[in-house]
Amino acid sequence: MSPGIITASYIGASALFILALSGLSHQETARRGNFYGMLGMGLALCVTIFGLVTDNQFLLITGMVVGGVIGWVLAKRVEMTQMPELVAILHSLVGLAAVFVGYANALDHGTAELTDIEKTIHAVETYIGVLIGAVTVAGSLTAYLKLSGKIGGKPVQLPGRHFFNLALLLGSIWLGVVYAEQMFVDGGMAALIVMTLLALLFGVHMVIAIGGADMPVVVSMLNSYSGWAAAAMGFMLGNDLLIVVGALVGSSGAILSYIMCKAMNRKFINVILGGFGSKPTGTATSVVGDVGDVRSIEAEETAELLRNAKEVMIIPGYGMAVAQAQHTVYEITKKLKNSGVNVRFGIHPVAGRMPGHMNVLLAEAKVPYDIVFEMDEINDNFPNVDVSVIIGANDIVNPAAQDVPDSPIAGMPVLEPWNGTTTIVLKRGMSTGYAGVDNPLFYKDNTRMLFGDAKDRVDEILQFLSK
Amino acid sequence: MKIGVPKEIEDGEKRVALTPETAHQIQKLGFSIAIESKAGELANFSDESYANVGVEIIEDSQELWETSDIILKVRPPKEHPELGFYGVELLREGQTLISFLYPAQNQELLQELSNHGVTALAMDSVPRISRAQKMDALSSMANIAGYRAVVEAAQHFGRFFTGQITAAGKIPPAKVLVIGAGVAGLSAIGAAKSMGAIVRAFDTRPEVKEQVESMDAEFLMLEFDDEDGSGDGGYAKTMSPEFIKAEMDLFASQAAEVDIIITTALIPGRPAPELITERMVVNMKPGSVIVDLAAEAGGNCKLTEANKVVVKHGVTLIGYTNLPSRLAAQSSQLYATNLRHLLTDLCPEKNGELVVNMDDEVIRGATVVNKGEISWPPPAPRISLAPKEDIGIKAKEALAKPEDKLAHPMAFLIPLVACGLGLFGLGSVAPPAFIGHLSVFVLSCFIGYMVIWGVSHSLHTPLMSVTNAISSIIVIGAIIQVSSTNPIVVGLSVLAIFITSINIVGGFAVTHRMLRMFRK
Repeated sequence: MSPGIITASYIGASALFILALSGLSHQETARRGNFYGMLGMGLALCVTIFGLVTDNQFLLITGMVVGGVIGWVLAKRVEMTQMPELVAILHSLVGLAAVFVGYANALDHGTAELTDIEKTIHAVETYIGVLIGAVTVAGSLTAYLKLSGKIGGKPVQLPGRHFFNLALLLGSIWLGVVYAEQMFVDGGMAALIVMTLLALLFGVHMVIAIGGADMPVVVSMLNSYSGWAAAAMGFMLGNDLLIVVGALVGSSGAILSYIMCKAMNRKFINVILGGFGSKPTGTATSVVGDVGDVRSIEAEETAELLRNAKEVMIIPGYGMAVAQAQHTVYEITKKLKNSGVNVRFGIHPVAGRMPGHMNVLLAEAKVPYDIVFEMDEINDNFPNVDVSVIIGANDIVNPAAQDVPDSPIAGMPVLEPWNGTTTIVLKRGMSTGYAGVDNPLFYKDNTRMLFGDAKDRVDEILQFLSK
Repeated sequence: MKIGVPKEIEDGEKRVALTPETAHQIQKLGFSIAIESKAGELANFSDESYANVGVEIIEDSQELWETSDIILKVRPPKEHPELGFYGVELLREGQTLISFLYPAQNQELLQELSNHGVTALAMDSVPRISRAQKMDALSSMANIAGYRAVVEAAQHFGRFFTGQITAAGKIPPAKVLVIGAGVAGLSAIGAAKSMGAIVRAFDTRPEVKEQVESMDAEFLMLEFDDEDGSGDGGYAKTMSPEFIKAEMDLFASQAAEVDIIITTALIPGRPAPELITERMVVNMKPGSVIVDLAAEAGGNCKLTEANKVVVKHGVTLIGYTNLPSRLAAQSSQLYATNLRHLLTDLCPEKNGELVVNMDDEVIRGATVVNKGEISWPPPAPRISLAPKEDIGIKAKEALAKPEDKLAHPMAFLIPLVACGLGLFGLGSVAPPAFIGHLSVFVLSCFIGYMVIWGVSHSLHTPLMSVTNAISSIIVIGAIIQVSSTNPIVVGLSVLAIFITSINIVGGFAVTHRMLRMFRK
């Protein structure tokens, strides 16, 4: 196959990937976008396999088929509530592949005919690619372990961690210089390996210091890193397709993280550096105003309130995902809708553990997306809402974000159910959310607490509604 | 500590600072209470009713001033017209006076109180914040004044308020215009409305429109570029000349039409604005009534005379300044309750000891003399009204903008120049192929940036899984190297191909699965 055809196909594939991303930004075109993505990937793979591979075809095909089958099974089996974990583990695979490709390239001494400056640039490209890849691997694996609950969600912060990170960074730069020098005499593998270990350490250290509530940002940030790793590989191999796709993914991940940060009122730069969540959160648990008693309510009364309401707002949080309550919640929604109650869902951008987590869960339960609203669309409507039902959410409905200037979540945009007539909070107990802040909403006069497992409670409400 | 309540000595003042009911509750805070004999008589509280709840009755006013630790009063202290002593002269260090004091107008009194080393709390200086509403005596009194204004108007107005069709003919309803929809204005609206009148109201603060309409009255809007008349602390502020002209035109046309005008327009610390001119009064129907609640501060109508009812151009002008006192039992009860709330805050331990906590915003605001030191005026209250902040932010933005414009070219150029120099330096050493790749990279970053901005929140997860699948394009790098002769390279490449394949198929499949679930 002539190089012209290959390049042309790569251009086609790049265009298809861009179409895929732009398609994914709207509900109507999302599926088409996914299809473009597959098409682009298929095109790129076919052209590369038929045009550039001269040997070892059997190994290549075997690897692809086995991997593909595993991927297929994973995608079919995964529960929608486990999506954050799946996305995190998939990110780590991209990082790992980047490391492998980088090593393979470093070992394959095909750089003999390069000039000095080209050699240096090549060395830097390889080095950076492997570095980002390794950080992505370790970071994603740590995120996966956190999200799947295999290690605790609380941030683990070593003393002097910023100096530690700085030391790792300086060490990496020094090793990079060593590597680039030794590349001239066909060496430097030791430097590369040591750097990889440092990068892995950095990846773990960065993510482990971040609390569970910040995971949406972490996941999209790692998404971005995996893109940059691919772009670095593209530079290393002189392949424009990899550069284009890497840059697309890298910048899209970065923007997603930025959107998440804005939703949580955090500084973007702190996230990129992995230095956020460093404020001590346990201390500022002060509540403004009179802390009254908490009023609890039972499922039967809740059902009664819902039945008599005209406008109901349901605010789901991570608790709903954990309890797998989304299906029952939609059953309740249907029951209420049939009896003329207007039920809507209000989604906070960072509800859950991954960007868009709640939307995916509600979609799984077949909640039509035209009754699912974002915070900005719905916040002004709360004064008209008769009953707001908060299912397993805490920080995203915390009035302290607006009222308590020294609160750790001060300034974070929150949903405002307290402006409605009655708020019902489904919660297991009075524990705080991930931010570790007490929630004055629970003590408000028009708030009722429905304690217990979200799934059990919504089942009960459904029973009473069915009577 | 002992609380003493002297009889009010101001001419025509019928109120008393304490009712038997509140006395009983204040005793529960640990205070003992003494009251001057006949202090509550004019408000229909007899000495027996006080004695029944355990209040000591003291005949001698001077003794009361001297022996009490805390003096509760309604009006600011003045020289006793009959006995010829001045209460403040009898005060000494350690005593506390709680009363209306109007510190802005009574600087001399503050100085005297300070000279005697006492602590004084002014009920009219309680900050107007939500937490302090229960002790906001100005609001309590304004409420009564508004109600009483309507009652006074009704007394001097020659007709029914409500419209009737009787066998003896048709009676048109009275039309009432209330100017200034503060507490007094709203109270007047409510009273006039409940008597059956047609009520209109005007206020410079547009946000009270809703409150007026909630009382079922008509809010008169000015056809004017919306100028907001809200000053600090919920009071009105002085308006621009254009606004005032438009306002006056409105009043002139209304004056000819309505039967009763009740004006409540007061700007703190300034003479009352003249709203009803003599011309308007002339134009009013004979028999009309004007109740000027601002009479004490000069009146909203020049023709009003303080504390008097006068008839001019056939219009009755009522200038009573003691309207709350004319409803003495009611106002004494509300005022006493306000005092009780303040005392409750001042005595957190409920042990009968007064603690003037100057860190408490409310107590800080009310305290005008603290142990002989004048502490008035207090620092500006922190008010957390959302619209206020908005205005503040807008103002800040407006202020900041010119600076922005100045800084703009500089801020814009610095990174641009830096980037240009960096690229130039790179271009001078790097091979052309690298520069080509770099341009592709930079352009792609921009495309990614543009494309992703519009993504809706609900699609974040599918977007991430699809970008994840796409970033497995790294497999191309592995495929290119799989044909190497170096077995380690082949091994690494195959591994990379294997894991990226998981990712490609898994990523696209799971995205597909998710997107299938989204439905309208």
